[in-house]
Amino acid sequence: MTTATQQDFGGVVRRARARGEIVVQPRMGFSDPALMRSGLAAVAALKAATAGTITVDSYTRLGDYAALRSALDAGENLNGYPLVTAGEQTTRKITQGLADDGFQIQVRHGSPAPLDIVRAMTDAGLCATEGGPLSYCLPYSRLPAAESVENWRRTCELLAALHGPDTVPHLETFGGCLMGQLCPPELLIAVSILEGIFFRQHGLRSVSLSYTQQTHHAQDREALTALRTLAGEYLADIDWHIVLYTYMGVFPATADGARRLRRQAARLAVEGHADRLIVKTGAEAHRIPTVAENTTALLDAADDLTAAAGNPLPGNDDGIHTVLHDARTLIEATLELSRDVGAALTGALRRGYLDVPFCLHPDNPGRAVSRIDRTGRLTWLSVGAMPLRPGPGPAALTSTELLADLAHVANHFDGLEPRSPLPHQPHLDSGRNSQ
Amino acid sequence: MPRTISPTAVVSTVSSDAHTWNLIFLELLLTETGYRVHNVGACVPDELLIETCRTRNPHLLVLSSVNGHGAIDAERLIKRLRTVPELAALPTAVGGKLGTDGESGLSTRRRRLTRAGFTAVFEGAAAVARFQTFARGVRDSVQGSQP
Ligand code: B12
Repeated sequence: MTTATQQDFGGVVRRARARGEIVVQPRMGFSDPALMRSGLAAVAALKAATAGTITVDSYTRLGDYAALRSALDAGENLNGYPLVTAGEQTTRKITQGLADDGFQIQVRHGSPAPLDIVRAMTDAGLCATEGGPLSYCLPYSRLPAAESVENWRRTCELLAALHGPDTVPHLETFGGCLMGQLCPPELLIAVSILEGIFFRQHGLRSVSLSYTQQTHHAQDREALTALRTLAGEYLADIDWHIVLYTYMGVFPATADGARRLRRQAARLAVEGHADRLIVKTGAEAHRIPTVAENTTALLDAADDLTAAAGNPLPGNDDGIHTVLHDARTLIEATLELSRDVGAALTGALRRGYLDVPFCLHPDNPGRAVSRIDRTGRLTWLSVGAMPLRPGPGPAALTSTELLADLAHVANHFDGLEPRSPLPHQPHLDSGRNSQ
Repeated sequence: MPRTISPTAVVSTVSSDAHTWNLIFLELLLTETGYRVHNVGACVPDELLIETCRTRNPHLLVLSSVNGHGAIDAERLIKRLRTVPELAALPTAVGGKLGTDGESGLSTRRRRLTRAGFTAVFEGAAAVARFQTFARGVRDSVQGSQP
């Protein structure tokens, strides 16, 4: 028996897994502490395996506290919780009494310079967060990648130093969500695993590897299987689990479309053996969701997970070998560059071994181009200098074509005609009529 | 046949905003409209954007933000930019999802941002179509005014 409350995000997920449950978690953040508290409390009280989220606002992410204060003084709403300026006492108050061995809170931000954020959260007794030296830099900033690597090294060491009998700091990589959309799975998997290895090299003993749902159900299922296989190989000596994100790109505009896409994500979580599912709401395409929209979506997700588990659909993972092979190739090509994983990551960017399509960051090589193929899978038109099979070569892209690719998933689930078929069976997913 | 000069545009977002798909879209759209485009990318500090406009001296500045802080950041930026004499008359457009309250704050934001110094504000359903008309107008006046 322990007297102190355990701080062990990974442990909660492990125990849920042992009960056969997948943990569901919102992306939630409000500037008003009272609202933030009521959101966390509402999520904790749900009759489902949940994790709580504090999403940090964009000013805090960039360390622009002057802009933050003047916005709050002017009575503006921020797009998240101002964790650093809120102060330790406020953050302790809004999280007080919520964490136990079935519920933990994670801080989510998107900062390539996260030391202020991580100091503020650990001061307030929180030790689970998210990020990574590339995944919180390339899609989120213009900071040189080498600086982000250095910041994240110090962050990992700060977190790791908290390790103790009642405290197991946890860090999730955002590598599986780069740019939110249109990134072929082998690159997402590679960055997830590489950042997991980076976290371990700097002392973390509990991590999670992310992957986001993309354009093609079978391709995503293969990707999750590959991610799990590689995590087992590269991170065998530490605690790890897999977190699946509901689609991180342009979301369906209609409530029904959003509902169908979320149901498909739950099915993917079950079939791909994810341990945790990040849930989006029907408001995603339009604005930041309310507490009620979040709790409704979480309960829906819990139902969807149960329904999918009780109704397995046949599927084959024919493409697993390719994605596993390609992800491993990217990981190995990177790791060969240096024993210091951080140096290997920046070296891989310089050489173009890692190249994120459509990413405008100055340190991204910017030669790789991805596209949705005729079957709805994400593929490479051009791999740049990445050690993968070359694609057919980049084609000129018009603004209309770009929007069509970005809207491919949304249109499909909204019931509009996509450019190419997107194989899935939403109508088989539950007892409810969804078509 | 008279030689036509290509109009130039700077596409950017505001200091707190990391979203870039919107910027890539606008870059393509403006290129198709006949502009030569410089895309500044994510999280652009006010100083960098003002400096970029001074050195590149574009015919049009297009600002996009979708993270919910757009109106706050764009208002601060445009007030600073308008104090620079050579940028006082630069045509400037701003658009996207500019507040955290969705469509409901739309008309307030438009008033606030035009008062602060933007030439035009584009939010809501017909934003892209209205913007195309605006961008063609700027292009045509650039090309019409050449010797
Ligand atoms: C992909 C995505 C991301 C990616 C972005 C990666 C990247 N580098 O681009 C990642 C994951 C990093 C991300 C991060 C965040 N995001 Co985000 N993201 C999205 C998402 C899912 C899709 C955006 C997209 O790619 N759209 C495609 C482009 C082409 O469309 P668009 O940007 O809407 O632009 C169109 C129009 O708005 C218009 N337009 C835009 N600008 C302009 C300008 C002019 C002049 C004109 C005429 C037209 C115009 O034209 C475009 C074509 O139609 C949206 C939700 C959605 N739409 O489904 C949320 C969304 C934009 N994000 C949001 C938020 C809040 C965040 C975060 C704070 C995290 C969070 N959710 O809490 C961080 C912010 C980080 C930061 N510092 O800014 C909110 C914004 C809410 C608001 N405005 O109040 C949204 C709406 C999600 C939500 N419902 O909460 N995000």
